[in-house]
Amino acid sequence: MPETLLSLAGVHTNIGQYHILQGVDFEVPRAGLTMLLGRNGAGKTTTLRTIMGLWKASAGTIRYDGAEITRRPTPELAQLGVAYVPENMGIFAGLTVRENLLLAARSGPPDAARLEWIFKLFPAMQRFWNTLAGNLSGGQKQMLAIARAIVEPRKLLLVDEPTKGLAPAIIANMIEAFRELKRTQTSLLVVEQNFHFARSLGDTVAVMDSGRIVHAGRMADLAADEQLQTKLLGLSLESHQ
Amino acid sequence: MKPVADAPAGALPVERVDWIPLALIPAIALAALPLIPSVPTWVTLTVAGLAMGMMIFMMAAGLTLVFGLMDVMNFAHGVFISVGAYAATSVVLAMKASMQADSLAANLSAIVPAVLAAMALAGLLGWFFERVVIRPVYGDHLKQILVTMGGLIVVEQLIHVVWGPDIIPLPKPATMAGSFIVADAAIERYRVLAVLVGLVVFGAMWLILNRTRLGLLIRAGVENPEMVESLGYRIRRLFIGVFVAGSALAGLGGVMWALYQESVNAQIGMQMMVVLFIVLIIGGLGSVGGCFVGALLVGLVANYTGYLAPKLALGSNILLMVLVLLWRPRGLFPIGKA
Repeated sequence: MPETLLSLAGVHTNIGQYHILQGVDFEVPRAGLTMLLGRNGAGKTTTLRTIMGLWKASAGTIRYDGAEITRRPTPELAQLGVAYVPENMGIFAGLTVRENLLLAARSGPPDAARLEWIFKLFPAMQRFWNTLAGNLSGGQKQMLAIARAIVEPRKLLLVDEPTKGLAPAIIANMIEAFRELKRTQTSLLVVEQNFHFARSLGDTVAVMDSGRIVHAGRMADLAADEQLQTKLLGLSLESHQ
Repeated sequence: MKPVADAPAGALPVERVDWIPLALIPAIALAALPLIPSVPTWVTLTVAGLAMGMMIFMMAAGLTLVFGLMDVMNFAHGVFISVGAYAATSVVLAMKASMQADSLAANLSAIVPAVLAAMALAGLLGWFFERVVIRPVYGDHLKQILVTMGGLIVVEQLIHVVWGPDIIPLPKPATMAGSFIVADAAIERYRVLAVLVGLVVFGAMWLILNRTRLGLLIRAGVENPEMVESLGYRIRRLFIGVFVAGSALAGLGGVMWALYQESVNAQIGMQMMVVLFIVLIIGGLGSVGGCFVGALLVGLVANYTGYLAPKLALGSNILLMVLVLLWRPRGLFPIGKA
């Protein structure tokens, strides 16, 4: 079994009067890509936000890289090497592409070699270097959001629905970018609705329903078992594609 | 490594600077020219309007940043103006001889410490206010309005206790009093000083916001504070810094305004609040550039209307706000908040 980078044990999260996460347990192996699947409202986004400290867990334990991080403040988690790409991408529309990346590089101006690598992954970032991020297309904004998360080496990327609203051609390109990230041994936890995308990239998978993990295992096993897909996700692979 | 393809070229709108709101300033000045009987009078009114606008900008800049970054509706911002004015008054009155000397150096030896005292005391009060009054009500606008209004009343009463209830006369420094004549137009020296100080403040703020990492953080924080935290920055520290700086700036505006009025009273800041909010709304909440343009527009319109139709002067700023909002409902330079 690969070494675990992140683990959640019995995590509960309440938002106001709503009890969203009701005992979440799963693990993210080091240097792998874990897909977090589930229908709308299952608690996937809440799980990412709870890991990132944006919403505080009311019970349970989150461990990252050997240390408990359950109630640590968000900036501290970022400094420990966790990067977060929210569902709405969270780009700063009034800042240029350059300024967005500059801000994300906490230790100083971005490393030239690293920038070259990012430009190879996302050439649009170089082309629109001095363009306001708010003027980018939806796909380019998503590229910027991911570029910003990897402008410095990070141990763990939390990415919420990276393909949402994107054209199929852009999704295919996004898959290539994630494959490249996997090759750099970056660990990823990706929330996704697009099963084709999830199957193409995922090493492991966790499926959520009603605030709990209802299945965890190898992505290859889920991709090969249509009955299990229907049971867990409510749709067969064919009807989903 | 297989590169990721771009969206088709041409899918992007062309990058443009929005010059139209900036053009409003000369447009209004030129529109007033044929209505005013003589060019020297127009020059005098224009300089007066620009000076008034600059002082309003100094007082409003901190308020717009605090609203944009912290989402805090601080109705007590006026107390920083008042406290700044009173702190400076104490220094200036203690150095009366230097203020009345007909020497720029002597005047500056009184004015500079007065301004520093005003900014320091207003900044200190801002720090205390953020910790004690604002912090418990982050995210709750109704409570913010209630507690900041309460804070305003408390500080106004404290001013009465410390400095007394009477209006204190505050003469301008000797070398900055009076006017000079340029092509038959009488220009008050103090108004020129106000314009210069306002330009320096705006220039410094522009440089900090656009040319430094701190400025990047503030601009990003105004848009999406949660994402700034997710990138590893402690937004709370930024909040406090901006609140203190905004309060200090209000203190500077208070000194400038009190010297312009040549008197100070406990309501000096509160009396400005309606105008400050109008400026913020015209400029676009959270926008420093919008605040600058909005303040100049308000200053010019108030002076031209005051001369042409004095009965309309009180309502001119509200009319200006209504017209701007009909044209741009989120203000001249809206901030895209997440």
